[in-house]
Amino acid sequence: MAVDEATVSKIARLARIAISEQERSGLADELSHILTWVERLNEVDTEGVAPMTSVVAVKLAQRADKVSDGDRSDDILANAPRRDGDYFVVPKVIE
Amino acid sequence: MAVLIDLTLAAARDGLEGGGFSARELTQAHLDAMAEARPLNAYVAETAERALADADRADERRRRGEATPLEGLPIAVKDLFCTRGVASTAGSHILKGFVPPYESTVTANLWATGAVMLGKTNMDEFAMGSANVTSAYGPVVNPWRRRGDDTRLVPGGSSGGSTAATAARLCLAAIGTDTGGSIRQPAAFCGVVGMKPTYGRCSRFGMIAFASSLDQAGPITRSVQDAAIMLAVMAGYDPRDSTSVNRPVPDYESSLGTGIEGLRVGVPKEYRVDGMPAEIGALWQRGVNWLTDQGTEVREICLPHTEYALPTYYIVAPAEASSNLARYDGVRYGLRVDGDSVDDMYERTRAAGFGAEVKRRVLIGTYVLSAGYYDAYYLKAQKLRTLIAEDFRRAFESVDVILTPTTPFAAFPIGDKLDDPIAMYLNDVLTAPSSLAGLPAISVPAGLSTEGLPLGLQVIGAPFDEETVLRAAEALEQAADFDGSGWR
Amino acid sequence: MTARIAGRTGDFEMVIGLEVHAQVVSNAKLFSGAGTAFGAEPNCQVSPVDAAMPGMLPVINEFCVEQAVRTGLGLKAEINSFSVFDRKNYFYPDLPAGYQISQYSQPIVGRGSILLDMDDGATREVGITRLHLEQDAGKSVHDRDPQVTHVDLNRNGIALMEIVSEPDIRSAQEAGAYLRKLRSILRYLGTCDGNMEQGSMRCDANVSVRRDGEPYGIRCEIKNLNSVRNVMRAIDYEAGRQVEAIEDGDEVAQETRLFDAAKGTTRTMRGKEEAHDYRYFPDPDLVPLVLDPDWIAAIEAALPELPDDKKNRFVEAYGLSSYDAGVLVSERACAEYFETAAQGRDPKVVANWLTVELFGALNKAALDIDQSPVSARALGGLVDLIADATISGRIAKEVFAEMFETGREASEIVAEKGLKQVTDTREIEAVVDTVLAEHGNKVAEFRAGKEKLFGFLVGQVMKATKGKANPKSVNEILRMRLSD
Ligand SMILES: [Mg+2]
Ligand SMILES: [Zn+2]
Repeated sequence: MAVDEATVSKIARLARIAISEQERSGLADELSHILTWVERLNEVDTEGVAPMTSVVAVKLAQRADKVSDGDRSDDILANAPRRDGDYFVVPKVIE
Repeated sequence: MAVLIDLTLAAARDGLEGGGFSARELTQAHLDAMAEARPLNAYVAETAERALADADRADERRRRGEATPLEGLPIAVKDLFCTRGVASTAGSHILKGFVPPYESTVTANLWATGAVMLGKTNMDEFAMGSANVTSAYGPVVNPWRRRGDDTRLVPGGSSGGSTAATAARLCLAAIGTDTGGSIRQPAAFCGVVGMKPTYGRCSRFGMIAFASSLDQAGPITRSVQDAAIMLAVMAGYDPRDSTSVNRPVPDYESSLGTGIEGLRVGVPKEYRVDGMPAEIGALWQRGVNWLTDQGTEVREICLPHTEYALPTYYIVAPAEASSNLARYDGVRYGLRVDGDSVDDMYERTRAAGFGAEVKRRVLIGTYVLSAGYYDAYYLKAQKLRTLIAEDFRRAFESVDVILTPTTPFAAFPIGDKLDDPIAMYLNDVLTAPSSLAGLPAISVPAGLSTEGLPLGLQVIGAPFDEETVLRAAEALEQAADFDGSGWR
Repeated sequence: MTARIAGRTGDFEMVIGLEVHAQVVSNAKLFSGAGTAFGAEPNCQVSPVDAAMPGMLPVINEFCVEQAVRTGLGLKAEINSFSVFDRKNYFYPDLPAGYQISQYSQPIVGRGSILLDMDDGATREVGITRLHLEQDAGKSVHDRDPQVTHVDLNRNGIALMEIVSEPDIRSAQEAGAYLRKLRSILRYLGTCDGNMEQGSMRCDANVSVRRDGEPYGIRCEIKNLNSVRNVMRAIDYEAGRQVEAIEDGDEVAQETRLFDAAKGTTRTMRGKEEAHDYRYFPDPDLVPLVLDPDWIAAIEAALPELPDDKKNRFVEAYGLSSYDAGVLVSERACAEYFETAAQGRDPKVVANWLTVELFGALNKAALDIDQSPVSARALGGLVDLIADATISGRIAKEVFAEMFETGREASEIVAEKGLKQVTDTREIEAVVDTVLAEHGNKVAEFRAGKEKLFGFLVGQVMKATKGKANPKSVNEILRMRLSD
């Protein structure tokens, strides 16, 4: 699959990574190259094959409905690049 | 003190027990070696103060007769594990300064059994790489050199800091993580033992995620016995990890030394990949002979979907990574680059915080999950994964372990393969299949290339049969009689 | 009961589907051990898992799973014994992981249905498409500071049940009835408190319009609906807007719109212009959820009697009208109150006292049934006093008002105020004789054929006895005396 620059911009936007003009064409080539390479999977007929859901057979572990965490806003906020009191702070969001 | 750092973990344990030296002496010897070996860039953080405090505590416990399995043994931790109060960065600029308020389960298990933390080891950024050149903290240098050539070589990746540190005697043992080969491949490049247990054997809690369905912690050591000792401590059920498996942890060390007579060994012809150097083929054959000599029954087996493993891996792993790495957004921890809007802040932060390889994989992963492409790529890959796992399942109906080379080539110069991502990805061509199937696998140093670089053999086992894998690895280790200090 | 919208060019009908997010009643969050209480200090009910710190992993809360299954059974829905948790990927400051753990292609609960009780006593069935479990997001606070947005993650990770209806709803009234019925079922089950004001039950409405026989039109999703009334207002406004657009020859754009409660209008949401691509995929941190059929059966066996069954029983066992039964069962506490009060009494009389007097008084005082100053037993006592003719119905209303005011027993009030009905015939005869003597000319007029003066004379007797005379005896004695 050849990925064009517009597609690179679209994916980069979805992934929230700013991409410069210069990076864009290089990335288009690299991604095209990688995607073409992985497309060799199409050689395999997978009709009727179930996609893997879990590599080991385990039953989903469940927790009891007990409050066992919380009340540690200092821990939660300690690494925040920007905070105001006990809130995280981000640039203004417009709804 | 050179003699102390040359000990295996098992020998150091016995030395401490016998009172020949103290944990403080053992730790100090390693701290001194670390200070001297800084040009290798194996550690991103040396926690000397903590190490000595750990060591003193260990000595005290031993005096009181309360020593636990790893009491006083100095160990290095890949910086992918979150360690409470100690910066944990996954080799990424985006986690700059992040200090977790919690401890990963695997490291907690080490400390609970008395291990001493020497520091955090360098790694490929978010464990994405096979050469340890993508770290925000610069490349790690392999202590090994080609014969008569001073070119600095890669240690392999992504646990390259841990394998280089173990090879260079900068720790008795280290822990790493393996997603598609990130323990075994660098172990092979550095001439040490590296083991990836069965997926679900070690808890992933507190281990910074790359690809959740593949990531597994494992030991990096200078002997198979040491790997057994480490794994017994690292492994175990953890109710905080829903993919952790609740079954008892065997005493791996005691399963060693029993020989391998009668073991059925499979040799998959599909692992003879295109362009594999003759010396790798020769090494493999030597391995077959060693095992045959020790009374095993070697037979050719068929793993027909092997050639699709790497492309499958390069869809599944980036897809999971693209989602796992969405949390690095500059809001709650790590780097933030301000912007005019929230989205602008996200985009600038992630552009500045992630390196080229991480961006590449996040973009690939985003693409293969996006509307219109999910079925063609992601779903297709998950179906291939089923087929690959099925190949192994069938193979293990007739063999107990599978023997292959670990890598298709030896360590290469830092800077090589940088312009071609796929050439770099081929490092994992022999390790990725077992990762996709969640199987236990180990790399054992088995000899030197014509240029004098370490080469590894890989033993793959059935799910949760780490004991047999270790036994086969021990047999190879004894036959190979590899000199791990050959880089000196 | 399709509501027609009369356009300039003909009639349209509304097609409505509702998506309800119901917060699961649980102590801890869906995938972490942090608490769920409403109104805690910011970021106090947050674990490192909720803050999506590196290396943190989700572990599901078994009780939330049970609540989802219980709700599914209450909606007469299929329970899927195999379901999968997926990641819904998007960036937003109150979504720390950059994805919401939800269920996409394989939800825990499949098709079910809800019976709507309409005002005319009729019922109508609305299909449930699915119910799935997912995490709530945190809260972005936009009004603390004009320059920045504040983020509180307390709500992040709380378990929600997203309940999606089929596009079977045809009017704002039906949408209201759907929400009230759903809320009633959730409260009966104890799986969600149904409080729309506190946000523990939230609703998005998908609205489109079409002419008869046409396929479904293009729909708009309306968000920000925080009461049943606002859902109904928003639907009516939105349908009208779409009809107008179509008749003006404009296209209705498929979009998300916000309801403005102050203006009663809907508007396009800003900042959501880009197309969403959520890149759903199974969460590799969780394996599929497999439920044991015996476990499901045990939950089903332990379900309480639900509103529809209770209503049918009330109609059959107590002879109530479908409408009254529907009103009484809408809240479990009302139904229980009724059954306690009706024990050994005339159920219709009790139902009448409940729906008219008690509900009226509670409404006026803004009290819930469980806060009623008049207990079910006390109301029963009042009804007994009427039944054994101790007091008349008219006096009973006064007594009830006093009971509601003071919380005292009916018998106590009747005794203290001397409200006991006069049933002594001789006493009444004496009063009747006095009245007839005082109103000799009226009596003459009555005898001359002015029949309606009988009522006047009854009134005079009642007045003289301060309403305490047994009306039946007064009637009989008067008739006797006048026919002499
Ligand atoms: Mg929805
Ligand atoms: Zn939802």
